[in-house]
Amino acid sequence: MHRFINNDAVFKSLTSPEIKVSQNKNATLCQLSGSWLTQGLVNVLKPLEAIQPQREETFIFDLSKIQTMDTAGALVLLQKQTAIERAGGKTSLEHAPDHVTQIIITVDEHRIKDCPPAKKVRGFTDLLADTGKSFFELTYKFGELISFLGLVLIASYRQVLNPRRIRLTSLISQMEQIGIHALPIVGLISFLIGVVLAFQGAGQLERFGAQIFTINLVAVGVLREMGILLTAIIVAGRSGSAFTAQIGTMKVNEEIDAMRTIGLDPIDVLVLPRIFGLVIVLPLLTFYADIMGLIGGAAMTMITLDLSLFQYIRHLQDAASLGDFFVGMFKAPIFAFIIALIGCHEGLQVSRSAESVGRQTTRSVVEAIFFVIVLDALFSILFSVLDI
Amino acid sequence: MPKELKTKEIVISLKNIRNQFGDQVLHNELNLDIRKGEVIGIVGGSGTGKSVLMRTIVGLNEKAAGEILILDKNVDDVSSKELTQLRQRMGVLFQDGALFSSLTVSQNIEAVIKEHTKLPSTLVREIAALKISLAGLPFEAGDKYPSELSGGMRKRAGIARALALDPDILFLDEPTAGLDPIGASQFDQLIARLQESLGLTVVMITHDLDSLHAICNRIGVLLDKKIKVDTIQNLTKEPDPWIKEYFGGPRGRAATRSHK
Repeated sequence: MHRFINNDAVFKSLTSPEIKVSQNKNATLCQLSGSWLTQGLVNVLKPLEAIQPQREETFIFDLSKIQTMDTAGALVLLQKQTAIERAGGKTSLEHAPDHVTQIIITVDEHRIKDCPPAKKVRGFTDLLADTGKSFFELTYKFGELISFLGLVLIASYRQVLNPRRIRLTSLISQMEQIGIHALPIVGLISFLIGVVLAFQGAGQLERFGAQIFTINLVAVGVLREMGILLTAIIVAGRSGSAFTAQIGTMKVNEEIDAMRTIGLDPIDVLVLPRIFGLVIVLPLLTFYADIMGLIGGAAMTMITLDLSLFQYIRHLQDAASLGDFFVGMFKAPIFAFIIALIGCHEGLQVSRSAESVGRQTTRSVVEAIFFVIVLDALFSILFSVLDI
Repeated sequence: MPKELKTKEIVISLKNIRNQFGDQVLHNELNLDIRKGEVIGIVGGSGTGKSVLMRTIVGLNEKAAGEILILDKNVDDVSSKELTQLRQRMGVLFQDGALFSSLTVSQNIEAVIKEHTKLPSTLVREIAALKISLAGLPFEAGDKYPSELSGGMRKRAGIARALALDPDILFLDEPTAGLDPIGASQFDQLIARLQESLGLTVVMITHDLDSLHAICNRIGVLLDKKIKVDTIQNLTKEPDPWIKEYFGGPRGRAATRSHK
């Protein structure tokens, strides 16, 4: 049974489907012709729609001139037949060629007579329900993060008591990935931030004739806030997302399950090296970012204020205290811990589909940056209250 | 056993096809004719380029040399519009269904129909529901996302999408791989039923000896960068050691016995 008459039918002799209606003595005769294929079917919908049965009217569908028919064509015809019969009319399909009969029988067997309509557009109540649902999900997620924190603390306590359990190779490799590979981007961005701070500061302070305080602005801005904050955000985007993607991909491949069956604890093997690695490396990166930021500031002040490097360093010593530096450095390991914790936690939350790796990775970066900035704000308040 | 074919009309013809990746030549001077209405199984050891051959026919892989004629049209000569029309005559089921994961099963099918026709959306939904039923899935499966389906159901949903525009030629990449024996033989029956009722030509890559026996009219064996096509009875008499091992090994013999 083959649907088309010859191969050429695909292109040239594909005629549009047609339906001609004529009145007989006691019946309405519908002469169908052409190719009833999905692609051309739209042309016949209107003429079909126009057939509105009266009560007790008989319709005879003559299929003898149909060239070819596919399942969609058969479906349209059968739905019309059903509609006529429901309205009280009578129908019959006649003179169908063998290949058409076969398609019609197949479709009749499988079609759903009452296709339920698509879901309606959602209303206000659904919006409320969604809001509530996501709020509960959020609190649940937060609870999960806290319990993961507990797991990690217990595991790290065990490792610290027994340092031989620390996976040194993995730790070093993570430190290389997180630290050394991030040097160019962290350096460049910090340098530019130093330049921008100095340039903007010089412009504003010039009005008071206090241009020299540009150096104070650069020093305090970079050491207390900008150095650590930008480094943390870059690392969250670079390494936090990498943690989620790496662990998530392993989860999809069932590697995590394999580890558990071999007797390896994924927290020991995957999570702790990443957390320790980041906690060690982020303060170093921050120190490096501070230096690069100050160099950027130096470059700009030397140009705009016409200072020598020596004068810049002298002013810097007056402007910045050791306290400013330590305030920045103090935040580094805390931010590092949070970024790594969230990255690993989201990685372990990946379900068994590739799609969820992407979703969790986005979530990990957003959450990490959010927590870093919120904590930074809290620290600012804390330090100003404590007068540090 | 599948019936003997009446017609010998050819729908796809490959002439002197050559496929290579770098220096590695996968196919060289490969000739293959696929007849209208047949189910042809493609077998071959791993790395012989079964999937590459299929991807070459459907246009996902650029051939290095040779001609491909689909429904008497040389794919290199036709306009891009005609090529799109030709593509619509072919449906492909990828190994794990390759359904769009962000759409429900029904939307997966509707997307194909909406892209190529101007039919009203209620009718498109009805057509999608019909395809889902043709693929042997329950109606409710239409509203599910691919990730909520089992492997076997995903493959059926993949078939439903491949059938969206009522193609004449259906390509199947390892349709029964990863299915349990019951699921696999049900899938064989589904393919046979669809082939018969819709008049399809089916090209399937498979390693399932039972499928080869149950539904394939002819079998193409990829050997020495070429393909050898014959019925399974004739192939078992081949002297080539790989073919002998394939059909005459313990699994091959078991499959032959159960389909006698």
